[in-house]
Amino acid sequence: MTTSDITPNSTPNSVPRDSRLAAETASGGTVIDMAFTVNRTPRQVTVEARRTLSDVIREDVGLTGTHLGCEHGVCGACTVLVDGQPARSCLMLAGQAEGTEVTTIEGLARPDGTLHPIQQAMMDAHGFQCAFCSPGFLMSAVALLDENPDPTNAEIREELSGNLCRCTGYQSIVAGVERAVELLRGEDDSPPTTGATTPANGAAS
Amino acid sequence: MKAPPFTYHRPDTLDEVLALLSEYRDDAKILAGGQSLIPLMGLRMGRPEHVVDIGRIPHLSDIGIGDDRSVTFGALVRHEQANTSTDVARHAPLIAAAMPHVAHRAIRTRGTLLGNMAHADPAAELPAVAIATGATFEATSASGSRRIHADDFFQGYLDTALRPDEMLTRATFPTWSEHSTGTVVEVARRHGDYALVGLAARLDLDPDNTITDAALAFFGAASTAVRASGAEQTLVGSPANAETFADAAQAVSAELDPPADIHGSTPYRKHLAGTLTRRGLAAAMATIGAPA
Repeated sequence: MTTSDITPNSTPNSVPRDSRLAAETASGGTVIDMAFTVNRTPRQVTVEARRTLSDVIREDVGLTGTHLGCEHGVCGACTVLVDGQPARSCLMLAGQAEGTEVTTIEGLARPDGTLHPIQQAMMDAHGFQCAFCSPGFLMSAVALLDENPDPTNAEIREELSGNLCRCTGYQSIVAGVERAVELLRGEDDSPPTTGATTPANGAAS
Repeated sequence: MKAPPFTYHRPDTLDEVLALLSEYRDDAKILAGGQSLIPLMGLRMGRPEHVVDIGRIPHLSDIGIGDDRSVTFGALVRHEQANTSTDVARHAPLIAAAMPHVAHRAIRTRGTLLGNMAHADPAAELPAVAIATGATFEATSASGSRRIHADDFFQGYLDTALRPDEMLTRATFPTWSEHSTGTVVEVARRHGDYALVGLAARLDLDPDNTITDAALAFFGAASTAVRASGAEQTLVGSPANAETFADAAQAVSAELDPPADIHGSTPYRKHLAGTLTRRGLAAAMATIGAPA
């Protein structure tokens, strides 16, 4: 897959968007025009009103970093920020997101590719294994740290309690958030790591 | 998952909402936070033909404090708003005590208190808080408003006294007396899950710590939130101490008949209800004299 395949607005599956919408419209439900902002970029989409925000983000905006696990609000994988507040994107209908500013996992790193401190911290702490749950965990953690830059271990666990991970046993994820607190404080005394090349990353699987 | 097709309405005024409800009645559902309705539609357990999104109606997000310090919630007050409100902590402490048990923050930022009440899940905390405190609900239709006491509001599993053409527009929690104390405790399989069994308790005390009034409202113990009135009677007139609470716990276990499911048998839930009575009432007493 080339980089251009994952740029916003490309549709990740093979069905052209217009024909899919036409097929859905035949179902008889309402179709709405919806304007909102995703990662600071204004978006305008025409979708069925029954479409969830998570499907809009993935299918219509083309940002597939937001993952769908249970699709009924239990697993937390689809967590995004809506006007700065964490929300389950699978539990919002498209129309409810009209006019909002949505931040997804793709909105964390800087345009030049510099990772957000929470991303760097998770790499440092080996908080990823299969990483399916990671986008949700990271968005929950960002919401916590935006509000409380110095959370206790208990507050981190409380905040992350709405996200499920089946790989890590959670310890490394909590450690990752604690590491992010250090990075955000500027207390980066440890040798620089570039997560992707850390041997322990591979050893974890 | 995808909801069945529906006609989507997003009116700008309450009058329009009420007109839609009187036109479509049972075929319409109000969408507030959607944290129960959207999964129900996705799982195809609910198939409303008309979804009426009230998210654009102004002035529904107010938490009002009356001259008598009663607390009134509008239809779009979200859980997290109540959870972080100093007014709620001070004047509706039993709501504040329930909030940390209600799901997780990413749900609380969207879900509404009144939506939770109108959904009337028997294992939810807030309906129990409503019957423990004597809350009053305002139901509004195109032909006017009426008030419904919490005791009459919750009628069965996911069933309330709201008529198809009515919207739940306000919930008012009466003045929290300075002689009252209370707590919300529960046992859930995972933190944030609906409870296996839970208790919203309120005790009114005289200066000698004799109980003058008591409310023990259980959730997850019947098809609606229920009060254990027999156990409440054992409390009233007794000193607020461990012995009294143990007697009440016994009465609770004898009185309740919780349904069994895959997560817990009836005897287990009865046992939990008794244990929560002892723990909860002791916890309520521990808050007496504690700084607000």
